[in-house]
Amino acid sequence: MVTVETNSKMTEQDVRSFSASNNEPDWFTELRVNALAAAEELPLPKPDKTKIANWNFTDFPVHNTESEPFASLEDLPAEVKALVGTEQKNVYIQRNNTPAFTKLSEELSGKGVILTDIFTAVREHSELVEKYFMSEGVKRDEHKLTALHAALLNGGVFLYVPKNVVIEDPVQVVFLHDNEEASLFNHVLLAADRNSQVTYVENYISTVPHAKGLANIITEVIAEDNAKVTYGAVDVLAEGFTSYVNRRGLARRDASIEWALGLMSDSDTISENTTLLVGDNSVGDTKSVVVGRGNQKQNFTTQVIHWGKNSDGQILKHGVMKDSSSSIFNGIGKIEHGATKANAEQESRVLMLSERARGDANPILLIDEDDVTAGHAASVGRVDPLQLYYLMSRGISRQEAERLVIHGFLAPVVNVMPIEGVKKQLTEVIERKVR
Amino acid sequence: MSSLVIKDLHVEIEGKEILKGVNLTINTDEIHAIMGPNGTGKSTLASAIMGHPKYEVTSGTVTLDGEDVLEMEVDERAQAGLFLAMQYPSEITGVTNADFLRSAINSRREEGDEIPLMKFIRDLDKKMDLLEMDQEMAQRYLNEGFSGGEKKRNEILQLMMIQPKFAILDEIDSGLDIDALKVVSKGINEMRSENFGCLIITHYQRLLNYITPDHVHVMMQGRVVKSGGPELAQKLESEGYDWIKEELGIEDETVGQA
Ligand SMILES: Nc1ncnc2c1ncn2[C@@H]1O[C@H](COP(=O)(O)OP(=O)(O)OP(=O)(O)O)[C@@H](O)[C@H]1O
Ligand SMILES: [Mg+2]
Repeated sequence: MVTVETNSKMTEQDVRSFSASNNEPDWFTELRVNALAAAEELPLPKPDKTKIANWNFTDFPVHNTESEPFASLEDLPAEVKALVGTEQKNVYIQRNNTPAFTKLSEELSGKGVILTDIFTAVREHSELVEKYFMSEGVKRDEHKLTALHAALLNGGVFLYVPKNVVIEDPVQVVFLHDNEEASLFNHVLLAADRNSQVTYVENYISTVPHAKGLANIITEVIAEDNAKVTYGAVDVLAEGFTSYVNRRGLARRDASIEWALGLMSDSDTISENTTLLVGDNSVGDTKSVVVGRGNQKQNFTTQVIHWGKNSDGQILKHGVMKDSSSSIFNGIGKIEHGATKANAEQESRVLMLSERARGDANPILLIDEDDVTAGHAASVGRVDPLQLYYLMSRGISRQEAERLVIHGFLAPVVNVMPIEGVKKQLTEVIERKVR
Repeated sequence: MSSLVIKDLHVEIEGKEILKGVNLTINTDEIHAIMGPNGTGKSTLASAIMGHPKYEVTSGTVTLDGEDVLEMEVDERAQAGLFLAMQYPSEITGVTNADFLRSAINSRREEGDEIPLMKFIRDLDKKMDLLEMDQEMAQRYLNEGFSGGEKKRNEILQLMMIQPKFAILDEIDSGLDIDALKVVSKGINEMRSENFGCLIITHYQRLLNYITPDHVHVMMQGRVVKSGGPELAQKLESEGYDWIKEELGIEDETVGQA
């Protein structure tokens, strides 16, 4: 593995030469350079109830690392092989910052589907990328971290599904982290054109026990009119990262975006998952599960913002807190004026497994329209002793009973994971983390 | 033969004494019925035997073939052969009925000797058929959204899958329609054997029409105040409890009175 040493403080010149080395078009180079300047000025985001002023989001050992690509799926390390399976038709695998394997069925490429690493996309599909990249989803200037992300982007994937194309098999993406020096400024850009359908599943997986870098990850999903996107993710990044993970979707008329997020990283994490329901009759459904352990500090903000009439937003969040971990769960349902007949529902539940752990569920409804429906449920508590009694009264040990209750609590996301290998891995990660 | 022996059992809940000296012996190959007005301690007795976390045994003993049951954890009581079909079974989301049952069965087997999946499925299918339960119930989350009657059937399904030595059935007949009552009774009768003893808590003779008890007991004021044969249940059905209260000089049968 070759590691290219660069300065942790990236200068404009560094950014320009990195951009040049990737043969990026001018608009992208300028976007990076402007973003770098903006990052200097912009403040950090302000996740509700978590102070991050002292978190390190800016210093990292190296900006870019080079890793060996994989010649075939056979060559994948065991941990990744278990996820992917050799019969997977549409795959992108990134190793640290290196696009390491891409496969798209001929059928789909024939229909105009694009699945490629973000660098190739910027070069070869410049117009399409320019149309969607940080324009309507996540804005470059939202705060320091979005700007830094744009300036330092060093990985990611582009998936484009043309009009009327329905992709039956899930598209699978794995971000393998096996170099502890690596930092991940990954951008996932998923554009589903009118009447298209796609299921996308991504994994972040560390196979080194400790990380020294940063993770500043942004996903943008654009679902055009009547498109349907199902987005599954399982994050299992190592302790040591400071992680900013922002997954955002925008749904136009009659479009739907469904998220199933297994947020299992061991790093301190600020996570944001927002669905913008701009079109009438659009649907956003977010399910996320979290396990916190050790001294981990995390903040999860899940938002659905309604502009579309008759739009439907659902948020479900279940978190398990162990040891001295601490997590804030902010759930925001926002209905803008004019979004008549919109429906915003949310449920946040936190299960505390230790006296020292901390978990807060903050449901927030911001409603600027009369003709809507909305509801929320939130709870923070321990494993119900009566449930344990019931299970134990059938001979099941206390430990096994707790295990069943916890797995059951996290099942809403596990059960809907579209790829069997990923579902199994998520179950195993939960098993390992809650033990 | 195995015996479950309850001696002078006193039980408190949140500082209030509910059971005030219960004596009862149940042997395998026997079916006992406990009847009694509301609030007289029947569920408390069942819960205390199983080890419900809220009930505190203040004195007395419960032994199973001489082993001290009260010393055991809840799961150990189950492993020792006790089973309680609860009046209000818990709902557990995300855990399928089938997975739960498999865990319960495997908890009685050594590691590495788990029940083969096919055998488990065959057994489960057979028993669900006998109880006229939809196969789909196996994949539903444990008791979640089950109707009252479905929950009761599910308790009996567990009983039949687990095959305990002693079962306590707390109002297994309440909320059942007439057909379901027959089906559930069929399940319980299926269990009858020289290796099985049963304590049925019920308010109605109608269940006992299907499952003839060997002994019938009446609880009042947190004690067993009268015992007899199946004819006692019939008399209670036709005449109510007043004659017993008169006979024993009881004015308030609930546990509130000393
Ligand atoms: N948590 C509690 N706090 C105070 N009293 C309680 C509590 N739980 C039960 N009791 C009381 O204990 C008494 C006996 O209750 P138990 O459930 O054993 O009655 P039961 O005989 O099973 O009645 P039923 O026929 O209505 O099921 C009742 O008076 C009840 O109110
Ligand atoms: Mg009762």
